[in-house]
Amino acid sequence: MTALAADMLSRNFGGVHALTDVSLAVEPGERRLIIGPNGAGKTTLFNMLSGLMPVSSGTVRLFGRDITQVPAYERARMGLARTFQITNLFPRLTVLENVLLALLSTDESAFALHCRMAANHALVEKAEALLAKWNLTPITSRTAKEISYGEQRQVDLILAMAVEPKVLLLDEPTAGLSAAEVVRVVGMIRSLPKDMTILVIEHDMDVAFDLADRITVLNQGRLLVEGDVETVRNDPRVTEIYLGADDEPC
Amino acid sequence: MSATRNLNSRSLAAVVLLGAVVLLLLPHLLPPYYLGLAVQMLVFALFAMSLDLLIGYGGMASLGHAAYFGVAAYATGLTALRLHWDVWLALPAGLLAAALTAVLFGLLALRTRGSYFLMITLALSQVLWGVAFGWRSLTGGDDGLPEVPRPDLGLPNLGLGPLTDSIPFYYFVLFFVTLGALLLVRIVNSPFGHALRGIRESETRMLALGFNVWRYKLTAFVLAGTFAGLAGCLYVYFNRFVSPDYIHVTRSAEVLLMVILGGAGTLIGPAIGAALIVLLQNVVSGYTERWLIVIGTIYILVALFAPDGLIGVIRRLRRRTP
Repeated sequence: MTALAADMLSRNFGGVHALTDVSLAVEPGERRLIIGPNGAGKTTLFNMLSGLMPVSSGTVRLFGRDITQVPAYERARMGLARTFQITNLFPRLTVLENVLLALLSTDESAFALHCRMAANHALVEKAEALLAKWNLTPITSRTAKEISYGEQRQVDLILAMAVEPKVLLLDEPTAGLSAAEVVRVVGMIRSLPKDMTILVIEHDMDVAFDLADRITVLNQGRLLVEGDVETVRNDPRVTEIYLGADDEPC
Repeated sequence: MSATRNLNSRSLAAVVLLGAVVLLLLPHLLPPYYLGLAVQMLVFALFAMSLDLLIGYGGMASLGHAAYFGVAAYATGLTALRLHWDVWLALPAGLLAAALTAVLFGLLALRTRGSYFLMITLALSQVLWGVAFGWRSLTGGDDGLPEVPRPDLGLPNLGLGPLTDSIPFYYFVLFFVTLGALLLVRIVNSPFGHALRGIRESETRMLALGFNVWRYKLTAFVLAGTFAGLAGCLYVYFNRFVSPDYIHVTRSAEVLLMVILGGAGTLIGPAIGAALIVLLQNVVSGYTERWLIVIGTIYILVALFAPDGLIGVIRRLRRRTP
């Protein structure tokens, strides 16, 4: 059974076709990289897969179940997590509180009004352990808006990983990071359980080719090529959209 | 770090204890007129804290919060006057009326965000104001409902005189305001309260994490309305009178200013803001009727120089002098 599947997914904004008839099927445990130039519809695809944006047409399936009409928070509870291209944290809360909220989402006390959150020691310890694992202990009590951009991207990733999802959507996890930070983040992604299905939008070709089992290339809202790393790397159409059409070899 | 935290929590405990002692002794320190002023401060402190749950924690700036205050006041006043219900029935009736109104308005208003939310809460509360103003046979229209009786708890006389006297009534109000404040503190420190902060910071992230944002927002809206209702019930007992002014947008704007002046998202800040505004209103009204000019000026000054409110100013000063 496929973990996550899109069938003829389309999205229009007024007359603009952001995404047109895109279909893809991702197997459990697969690392699927989504690449394509700016405006190819990659983030739009993620927004529809995660339920933050309604589809214009087409269906989304999670482990065989049609979730096209399922609200985003329900999808998250079904094991579909995501990160955001533009860092989306809780800026005025501390890093620890950020992680606590992520852990709280699957905790049975998530809607409790009567008990103190700080008294949930198991939750606090889990959050601290998670931050310690990624060497972020020094920044736990600082607010998310105070920490460096590189740290923000890591915390963003930790929030999505904290809920131990079955399917994880990562929207440009390495965007804007320094070379050293890219290594760290790629290491974090590599450390994820092998049975976790991961879709990654990535601009850095080296990272993409390094992580991918299969690659989907989008261009102008349409699926251009799909295949394993070698197929995509050698496909002339991919070279063309990235380097421009060139009649004369230089 | 834990040393400073201990120091902070210890100094906080000292401040709270001091405040509690002062509040308990107040009737023996103040002449009756000023005790009435203290009652008003307490009532509006609770009112402002209830709005802070929405604004400071949930990030939902409402300009119609007087609706629940007023509806509760009318429900309590009407049941006490027309049905002769005692406080044990009339007060819950007021709370229920406020909660139900908040459910109805919440279902409508929470479809919007930001300034649209501000406008729709304003519009909904003004509809209620229109009803209170126009339905003379029920509400007395512009004249309001006079002579709402002070509550009689049927308690043994503790040497303080009947509750209709100002000193026992002060303790009656102090009890309910303290209860309301403690419940609000509990709520903002609960998992629910933290999730509410998360929604204020990023709704999409909360959705992506699996929180049913709508359910949290509606619950917060109804809780805020109910606590505002409690303030309204106390206020109608204090004034022995309720009129459409209770619901009017000027009252909603006033309580919004109390929250912003004190510092949204802190509970204690809005309580202080409320006390200051009530005090100032009483002082200013001795000189001029143009209270709205004063309140507008304060609003502009706070927005320009203290966007985090008085609590923000205090925090900044404390950081500068370690």
